[in-house]
Amino acid sequence: MPDQLLFAMEVTLNGLMAGVLYSLVALGFVLIFKSSGIFNYAQGVFALFAALTLVGIQNGQVPFAHLINSIFGTNIHNFGWHVPSVIAIILTIGVMVLLAFLVERYILRHLVNQPEIILFMATIGLAYFLEGFGDIMWGSDLKKLDVGLPQGISETVETVTDGWFGYGFFIDKLDIVATVIAALLVAGLTLFSQYTKQGRALRAVADDHQAALSVGISLRFIWVLVWSIAGFVALVAGMMWGAKSGVQFSLSLIALKALPVLMLGGFTSIPGAIVGGLIIGVGEKLFEFSIGPMIGGATENWFAYVLALLFLVFRPQGLFGEKIIERV
Amino acid sequence: MKLKLASMVLAGVMAAAPAMADLVFPSLSYRTGPYAVNGIPFADGYADYFTLINARDGGVGGVPIKMIECETGYNTEKGVECYEATKGEGALLYQPLSTGITYQLIPKVSADGIPMHSMGYGRTSAANGKVFEWIFNYPANYWNGASIGINHILDINGGDIAGKSVALVYHNSAYGKEPIRTLEELSKKHGFKLTTIAVDHPGQEQKSQWLQVRREKPDYVLMWGWGVMNPVAIQEAVNIRFPMENFIGIWWSGSENDVIPAGAGANGYKALAFHGVGDDYPLYGDLQKHVVDAGKAAGAGDQLGTVLYNRGLYAAMLAVEATKKAQEIHGVAQITPAMMRDGMEALEITEASMAALGLPNFGPEISVSCESHGGAGYGAVTQWDAEAQKWSLITDYGPSDMDVIGALIAEDSAAYAAENKISERCN
Repeated sequence: MPDQLLFAMEVTLNGLMAGVLYSLVALGFVLIFKSSGIFNYAQGVFALFAALTLVGIQNGQVPFAHLINSIFGTNIHNFGWHVPSVIAIILTIGVMVLLAFLVERYILRHLVNQPEIILFMATIGLAYFLEGFGDIMWGSDLKKLDVGLPQGISETVETVTDGWFGYGFFIDKLDIVATVIAALLVAGLTLFSQYTKQGRALRAVADDHQAALSVGISLRFIWVLVWSIAGFVALVAGMMWGAKSGVQFSLSLIALKALPVLMLGGFTSIPGAIVGGLIIGVGEKLFEFSIGPMIGGATENWFAYVLALLFLVFRPQGLFGEKIIERV
Repeated sequence: MKLKLASMVLAGVMAAAPAMADLVFPSLSYRTGPYAVNGIPFADGYADYFTLINARDGGVGGVPIKMIECETGYNTEKGVECYEATKGEGALLYQPLSTGITYQLIPKVSADGIPMHSMGYGRTSAANGKVFEWIFNYPANYWNGASIGINHILDINGGDIAGKSVALVYHNSAYGKEPIRTLEELSKKHGFKLTTIAVDHPGQEQKSQWLQVRREKPDYVLMWGWGVMNPVAIQEAVNIRFPMENFIGIWWSGSENDVIPAGAGANGYKALAFHGVGDDYPLYGDLQKHVVDAGKAAGAGDQLGTVLYNRGLYAAMLAVEATKKAQEIHGVAQITPAMMRDGMEALEITEASMAALGLPNFGPEISVSCESHGGAGYGAVTQWDAEAQKWSLITDYGPSDMDVIGALIAEDSAAYAAENKISERCN
């Protein structure tokens, strides 16, 4: 088999894996938009805050230590214990649920019936607030995320493909784990929305707010629920991306990778987020591989947004989004 | 009530206004935003050195230093706002800590007559003092860095790298592209094959680039990265099993923040440097006594001895030494920005002077002049020990190829002078 074809196959596989990571970020946006019509600008910061909290809890870091020390003249930074990863993850989920409750209580509740642009603006404010709050709570220093996620080349894939093609493909073990987790996440969300009372309520609210309210579904409960789930998804995304780069404030920029996925897959579809991520991942990687070297490289962000723009022109609701029909 | 209010306002204004007897050094820092993790240690080192000089020596020549910190968030517009907000305070020197801000401030500081020092960043051809009267970039610039990196590869190959291949993985920005021209010239001179691989901002996803490295198997990789691009690149290099000792980053890709996320895999990674690493210097004793133990440390006081803290400290030390020189030249303690420029142009940093400051072998010897605002362009190589969690200098401060770089600086600065109708000075 020609080398270029083998390389293209390797790039495609890695593009699919990268696409899954993009989808993980996009899922959080979709969940909130679908249930409340809010484009949550703060989703990237949610991932950052979740990852900061996870590492902080795991390492026994004292929250607000700098502030406490400044006020009381103390010098405390650490509780001196190390929390096992599983417990730290569970506690972080608890913090994200609390955050969802506070968002509903102090922001969303006051903005019911406001235009969507106002809600969007509120999430911009929330993003900046949360970024600063995370800084005060956990500090700005870089933190190494260690929850036992494997990293590095998969020797199995390398050996098998070497046997088949005479060239061992590179696949990152972390990407394989991310793919499995994303699959479990989507399956879990699907089962939750299909087979639980809360899930059905969530779907009802997503379909029609007024009708859902008229049959006694609590919009506030649904909002807390969906923001909690989005917080959990943000934690998963923060863990995957944080494992690559360490937990630092640039983690919030992962939201940039989700936007073209949303434009392509649609803002209201969970399968759309997955398929959109895969298309963007494979498309940008293959474009960079084949055309990039001719035009100076670094084409991935550009290509992702151009591809999304093309989809917008021909299918504004995205691949799987709901077509908006407004009758006069 | 009105009188009380007016008194409070007046007191506030008086407290905010600078005492005219201060030596004012604005610190354009970034403690927030995506790059805060790197901005904080630099800002702390910069502030702590000035605090030490005030606490231990009573200032410079008896005049206390007043540092005005302004948060840029590593954002060019905010950086310019910080400049406009602080220049009226009697600012003697700007160190904007961003190539983007530096480019925006070059015409402004030139018009206002305030020196600017972009140490290891900014516009490389500003090393030509005949064209750039107010801009300084000693002790080294990006083109020096490119040459020092190639010199190191030459050293470990017995001086012959003909036929070898070198890949440059760079941030796709003006900063990242800076070394390309120099590397192209050095590639012709030494006969190595150069491949350039661009990484999109911010650099969180680099799979394509490292698959390319894996396919092309370069002998060496140089990196011009910043922020999150660095740890991701190092992790990807570890993933594809690229030998770390053949992976060399510029000094902005060589802090603890860049290597710690990759854990043990980053062991052996190298980075260029123009100042010392760690805290094994006599000056640190003074810092501990007069700054840390006195509760005057900047920030959380937990950055001492890190690479970027040392860089901030070094930048402040060079500013203080130039101030002393300016006071010496003009015979006054309270200097003006123009006097500060004179001091910078007469700056001489020798091994003996660094040792006297408690920083022996902390940096290369520097000699600045009216013509040369870039110094001699010396640099060293550091290497990361993942087990000990520390950087070590593994070479002496060595020269860069000024035959190649000097010609490039002359060409670029001449173009700038023609474009801006600047007559050469220092004649």
